[in-house]
Amino acid sequence: MKKIFGGPAICLDRSDINTDEIIPAKYLTEVTKEALTPYILEDLILDGFDPKSEKLKSARVVITRDNFGCGSSREHAPWVFEVNNIHTIIAESYARIFRQNMFNCGMLAIELKKEQIDALFTLAKKGAVTVEIDLPAQKVVAAAGDKKESFSFAISPFDKALVEAGGWVEFADARY
Amino acid sequence: MGQTTAEKIFKAHLRDEPFPGTRVLDIDRVLCHEITTPVAIADLQWRGKDRVFDKTKIKAVIDHVTPSKDSKTALQAKMLRDWARRHDINDFFDIGHNGVCHAIFPEKGYIRPGFTVIMGDSHTCTHGAFGAFAAGVGTTDLEVGMLKGVCAFREPKTIRVNLNGKLAKGVYAKDAILYVIGQLGVNGATDRVIEFHGPVVEVMTMDARMTLCNMAIEAGGTSGICQPDAVTVDYLWPFIQDEFASKEAALADYSQWRADADADYDRVLDFDLSAIGPQVTFDYKPDCVKPVSALAGTRVDQVYIGSCTNGRLEDLRVAAEILKGKQIAATVRGIVSPATPKIFQEAMQEGLIDIFMQAGFCVTNPTCGACLGMSNGVLAEGEVCASTTNRNFSGRMGKGGMVHLMSPATAAATALTGVITDAATLS
Ligand code: SF4
Repeated sequence: MKKIFGGPAICLDRSDINTDEIIPAKYLTEVTKEALTPYILEDLILDGFDPKSEKLKSARVVITRDNFGCGSSREHAPWVFEVNNIHTIIAESYARIFRQNMFNCGMLAIELKKEQIDALFTLAKKGAVTVEIDLPAQKVVAAAGDKKESFSFAISPFDKALVEAGGWVEFADARY
Repeated sequence: MGQTTAEKIFKAHLRDEPFPGTRVLDIDRVLCHEITTPVAIADLQWRGKDRVFDKTKIKAVIDHVTPSKDSKTALQAKMLRDWARRHDINDFFDIGHNGVCHAIFPEKGYIRPGFTVIMGDSHTCTHGAFGAFAAGVGTTDLEVGMLKGVCAFREPKTIRVNLNGKLAKGVYAKDAILYVIGQLGVNGATDRVIEFHGPVVEVMTMDARMTLCNMAIEAGGTSGICQPDAVTVDYLWPFIQDEFASKEAALADYSQWRADADADYDRVLDFDLSAIGPQVTFDYKPDCVKPVSALAGTRVDQVYIGSCTNGRLEDLRVAAEILKGKQIAATVRGIVSPATPKIFQEAMQEGLIDIFMQAGFCVTNPTCGACLGMSNGVLAEGEVCASTTNRNFSGRMGKGGMVHLMSPATAAATALTGVITDAATLS
């Protein structure tokens, strides 16, 4: 399925959000991605965050801090975002396996500098943030009310190729 | 310029470099368990590609929830079992023969110096204890590994960690790695390989080296790696004696994977471990580490000894020595889970199982179970567990539970008193 990048964003203002918080191990007994849908971020420890909120349901982008997705290798973590139509995450940094899993699924794990992430969180104080992504130009534009922030992002040519191919299985199948 | 161990392994396994900085490697071992593999199997079937690249290089085990606890886990086990049979995977371990993946695969001699190893499990870094490059991957990487025998990585930047000095009596590999993670931080080694060197590692057994490498991921590391040496050869000898004329010949061959003296490291860190005592975690991150004395007296409801970190024979011996002839506190539930059937049997023959049972421990079959809060010892809201496992995330052993990570010795001492206790303080 073609991934859609950009849209309304939800901000998770914390570092080191781990895979157990994104999708608890007790749901790893599911053998389809779709079955994970209701359990997104169920155990996230974050003041004022409600995993059942409309804001999360309508979100298409997550904006967060440092070392996102640390912990387990479970691809259930990107999948639970995927089945909730969140195909873009913007963070200061990621745990390696989570980041690779995102690209392997043809999803975008964008890295921005700390000051840029700070600017996005400041922007979020002005109102609901909507994000536009231009992958070929490697640009993020975030808007809230009449305020805008726009940044270029770096992505390795390999990760970009994975997103364009639709994921690692497609890429590897065509090549090896 | 010399090379690190990971660089040597990458060079020897390079299949493709589709873009600068991306290395697609040939993989020697693709390891599978029943939690992360079934979705890969289902996807391959859906794509009409239900094949494996080389059945001799694929090893599989049902370990996370075994025997199955409900219909869903039974289905996961069945999907893996049916797939293993369909593809004639000889090295597949099911009920009666199964144990925790990162304990059973090395025990069978499947991991060798210089190998590339992937598994859909973050603690795959354990296998780096043999001088291999071993990385945890997600289900898609696993799927491509099963089908094509390749996996893509970035260039292997390496942090060299020199563990200097000598561990004091009562201080173990678990304390050493907890201490190092406390210093590095949970993302201190992200996108890096941690290469362990120094006198502390040189005198470690393979069991202890596996404990060390097991937790490299808790600092974000791609793989932990120890240098192959005579200890490695001794461990592997029963499996390799037909391949080499002598242990010396094996050592000479495996030495090709040792890092060069002039290798280029991203960082070099020196830790003198002579002065550290037993360590324990607090809070919900594995880098929240303090000396046991700082948390002494903290009440616990459960003590868990087991897992791929500390469920090996050496660990059980240390705990049993402390428990021998004593009773655990009435307020504590003690659970011990030998990591493999072989370990279980040897522990029985040595009388360790008797000691655990007489002390009031429940002995479970080899399984991951309580370690990830799926079965065999899940915590209730507000409960506290002293655990020899590797992760203290919120909810890890049960929603609302708190996990304190520690060595088997500290866990055993804690079981006796019901509060976090340094074994050295027991009379
Ligand atoms: S024992 Fe725990 S950490 Fe090790 S493989 Fe099993 S669930 Fe993972």
